[in-house]
Amino acid sequence: MTATTTDREIRAMGPLQNPRTARGLRFVFKRRYLLWLLVRKEVKVRYQGSLIGLGWSYIQPLVRFCVYYFIANLIINHQTPNRALHIFSGMVIMQFFSTCLSAGSKAVIKNKSLVRKINMPREMFPVASVAVSLYNMFPMYVVLIIGEFVVGWHPDARAGLAALLAFAIVVVYGLSMAIILSAANVYVRDTANAVEVINTVLRWTAPVIYTYSTIAPKLAYHPWINQLYISNPFNAAVMLNNRAFWITSFPRTAADPDPIATGTVKELPPHLFERSLIILVAGFVLLGLAQLIFSRLEGRFADKL
Amino acid sequence: MATAMIVEGVTKSFKMSNSNGLKRLTVNAVKGRHHSSTFTAVDNVSFKLDVGGSIGLMGLNGSGKSTLLKLISGVMDPDSGTVLARGKIAGLIEVGAGFHPDLTGRENIYLNGAILGMSQQEIQGKYDEILDFSEMEKYVEGTVRNYSSGMFMRLAFAVAVHTHCDIFLMDEMLAVGDQPFRRKCMKKILELKADGKTMVYVSHNAKQVVKLCDLGLVLSSGKVSFFGEASEAVKALDYDYDDEDDD
Repeated sequence: MTATTTDREIRAMGPLQNPRTARGLRFVFKRRYLLWLLVRKEVKVRYQGSLIGLGWSYIQPLVRFCVYYFIANLIINHQTPNRALHIFSGMVIMQFFSTCLSAGSKAVIKNKSLVRKINMPREMFPVASVAVSLYNMFPMYVVLIIGEFVVGWHPDARAGLAALLAFAIVVVYGLSMAIILSAANVYVRDTANAVEVINTVLRWTAPVIYTYSTIAPKLAYHPWINQLYISNPFNAAVMLNNRAFWITSFPRTAADPDPIATGTVKELPPHLFERSLIILVAGFVLLGLAQLIFSRLEGRFADKL
Repeated sequence: MATAMIVEGVTKSFKMSNSNGLKRLTVNAVKGRHHSSTFTAVDNVSFKLDVGGSIGLMGLNGSGKSTLLKLISGVMDPDSGTVLARGKIAGLIEVGAGFHPDLTGRENIYLNGAILGMSQQEIQGKYDEILDFSEMEKYVEGTVRNYSSGMFMRLAFAVAVHTHCDIFLMDEMLAVGDQPFRRKCMKKILELKADGKTMVYVSHNAKQVVKLCDLGLVLSSGKVSFFGEASEAVKALDYDYDDEDDD
């Protein structure tokens, strides 16, 4: 009981409250400086002791793009133009989403020393893992856009919209899934293993290696499967990126003066934009749900780890 | 005097389960065995602390002191009862949490400071003070991997002790470090106390509890067996004063 604590100081401390009220995504945003430091740590530690360092995150996608470029030109059919851009534009989305799932599911477990010791919004960990995936996605976009200019790119306004929509969808769904899976993995450790299996399946469901036009005739026989296929947020994001970065590279010829229009009809499902908008809205609902699930499960994290 | 903390009927139990895996679960279900038992670590604990007051939590190993501290700090949720606190809680618990061996001392100061709830400006403002306290100026640009355990602890303590807070928690921290550094820590803690910080101190060291705390709470098997003046609490604990080294 000292005289140094004045009434003003006591008022500054605020009311008596539960020390665990500062939880949730809102507080992750409030403590974004910590989020930034955690992301920077991950990135720095990843390239620790490496000579080329951050350069690797450019070399890897660059080499991959070159490989696709040559393989597509040498082996795969020549009827569809610029297959390398098709594969790579889908790959950007796929790579990001699958790391969201795999790194996200391990995010809380990996930081168990902090979870067990420090009172902080635990959503911080899945959010940081998604932010690291975003950081790694950036060089892929750079390589993709360089590739566009090498091959020849004629983007229209809708291409920009498609790219933004694809990005928004994959970030919202990736974040939601990372939050849910990171919490589930604390309770059932099989989650992280199951995610690897799901990732393998996911890799083939989206039109990344093959084009939508090759699978569309087969899907036409099964209206329900077709609906599932085109409403899958991951597939929708891949196809939006196809629209933004692949179809816009179709060469303009005398026979086809508007290759974007013909390409859209031929290579993409109808109403892609409208459906994607609904998917994005649903994604925000899922994010709210993810926060709800995380809050419910988070109470026993410290006991379980 | 305003109340800094209310702990009201707080209970926390853990499920001790050893039936992990589908095979084990099936076998147990078939044989009708239940391979889980609950263990109550903290059992209906209540106390109140004024702003600027200090309390020592004592008890034998496994009596629930650290669990109670985790409930107070907000790392764990109680099963029942409430914990209310006024202002920011931090302190010398689990010092060095979040330190990464591949980062430099400087980077770890910033990261650890942010983990403990400091803003960028606060860390920048306290940076020199932290460095000065840790006596690590020469090594702060090197990676923590190359630090000795003593250097690591000094840096970690320095950050923790400089974290701005209203309620300061301490968990048996003065048992590490060499004597001069322990003295320095003790001096700093007494300064914080004189500044009017509310303190919760978990310790086996009866002399330190009497030195630092007004109140004492003795736990045995999770239950409060004594709550009152620190000097009385020490007697209730029946510790042998002569066994302890003097700091």
